[in-house]
Amino acid sequence: MQTLDMAEVTLREVNSKLQAQKASTNQQTWEIVNPRGSHAIACGLDGPIEVTVLGSTGYYCGGMNKDATVHIMGSAGPGVAENMMSGKVVIEGDASQYAGATGNGGLLVIKGNASSRCGISMKGIDIVVHGNIGHMSAFMAQSGNLVVLGNAGDALGDSLYEARLFVRGEVKSLGADCIEKEMRPEHLAILADLLSQADADARPEEFRRYGSARQLYNFNIDNASAY
Amino acid sequence: MCGIVGLFLKDRSLEPKLGSMLTDMLITMSDRGPDSAGIAIYGAEDGDKVKLTVQSSHPTEDFNNLDNVLSQATGAKVSIRIIDTHAVLEFSDKQAGEVRAALVELRPDIRVMSAGDLVEIYKEVGLPKDVAERFNIPSMSGSHGIGHTRMATESAVTTMGAHPFSTGMDQCLVHNGSLSNHNSLRRKLRREGITFETDNDTEVGAAYLTHKMQQGSNLGEALESGLDDLDGFYTFVVGTKDGFGVVRDPIACKPAVLAETDQYVAFGSEYRALVNLPGIDNARVWEPEPATVYFWKH
Repeated sequence: MQTLDMAEVTLREVNSKLQAQKASTNQQTWEIVNPRGSHAIACGLDGPIEVTVLGSTGYYCGGMNKDATVHIMGSAGPGVAENMMSGKVVIEGDASQYAGATGNGGLLVIKGNASSRCGISMKGIDIVVHGNIGHMSAFMAQSGNLVVLGNAGDALGDSLYEARLFVRGEVKSLGADCIEKEMRPEHLAILADLLSQADADARPEEFRRYGSARQLYNFNIDNASAY
Repeated sequence: MCGIVGLFLKDRSLEPKLGSMLTDMLITMSDRGPDSAGIAIYGAEDGDKVKLTVQSSHPTEDFNNLDNVLSQATGAKVSIRIIDTHAVLEFSDKQAGEVRAALVELRPDIRVMSAGDLVEIYKEVGLPKDVAERFNIPSMSGSHGIGHTRMATESAVTTMGAHPFSTGMDQCLVHNGSLSNHNSLRRKLRREGITFETDNDTEVGAAYLTHKMQQGSNLGEALESGLDDLDGFYTFVVGTKDGFGVVRDPIACKPAVLAETDQYVAFGSEYRALVNLPGIDNARVWEPEPATVYFWKH
């Protein structure tokens, strides 16, 4: 295992080292000590390595991740795993606002709570939150799955496209054009797979599914006076 | 952006370190707002004396013999402690009205930063490190304090545009965000007889809270009504004589982290600001909820 101590080396050096590890690397496991809430730790990774961050992180940890697994042992600041392409980011604590924003792929697991705008504009990423999520989560979410074992805040899925939202607890309110939908066998299968990948102790049957009513897709002439 | 830090001590043995802990936290937040910085510190009470922290851009002339001039004009016994561009005047609270009136008349260029039994506010243009050094903040002790580092968006980079803003006796407010209805609200408050020093949006927020409290609300109630009347983005941290409060607007896009241990409650715009606090690894750390008033009292 390779160790990078952020009390000794700069963020730029840490990220250059990690970004240089491609598919053929034989240095596959890394740990980062003394993160002390720094921004942009382990961003832009491009190979199948495993990175463990021993502590809490600031903005944008694991952003743009491709193929790598990033494990944050503390809590994460705003924009964790933003625009992730593939791979996995796991947070043992809580995540601040817009976790997984605009993510294209991969799996984001938050073992604590996520705050507002979780999964905003997600485009294919899967997100599993063991706790609760805040308001305006999955706003304009396009595709992928958001799974929440706890409760969701106000305006869940506002202006949603085709992402699937699964919530086990209560939803404070649904956003514009977001509705509850029937849970079909294929959805239970997706949920079972994601819950298992995220080490989540819950049964698929306990969840409700929400999705787009598809009423905002096309311009409606009856709304012309609103503009 | 802007950066906010705050520290409310429960363990009195930490009080001598308050200034140095707050300074360290504030310097960490420098890159959130490098144009001006300020700190409000709640120090020791001195009998029935009241403290007036004042500022001048010509301190040599304005503070020269100020204690004697004010004492002669009012009959009060006024003492002065000059710290760079600021000075702390202390006098009996029974003569507070006369002293303030004499100050306006005799030294009209002097600005009042704060008034109260405990609070002292120091703020200037410049980096947190430089501002803290100028006023020797690390040497100050106290029970609680709030710091702010500013990236100006709504008004000019001036000493008076820096935070904290005083919101009444022993009260202060700092702000990360921008209020969008500050002009209309300022006009309304002016009609109620409130005066303003700047075009700054946060000063309107501070004046709004003061006005609500003058009408009988306590700080918690004033903050609650602010959720309806203040439009825009804000994370506010407020200080009172014995308390410390946090509130975020309902959208809550301005960051905030709270940490609590048996020794203290700490606020930071980011977790980075808190990492040197004692016992932070075992503290309860959380993000305050939107549109929720948090308040601690001694």
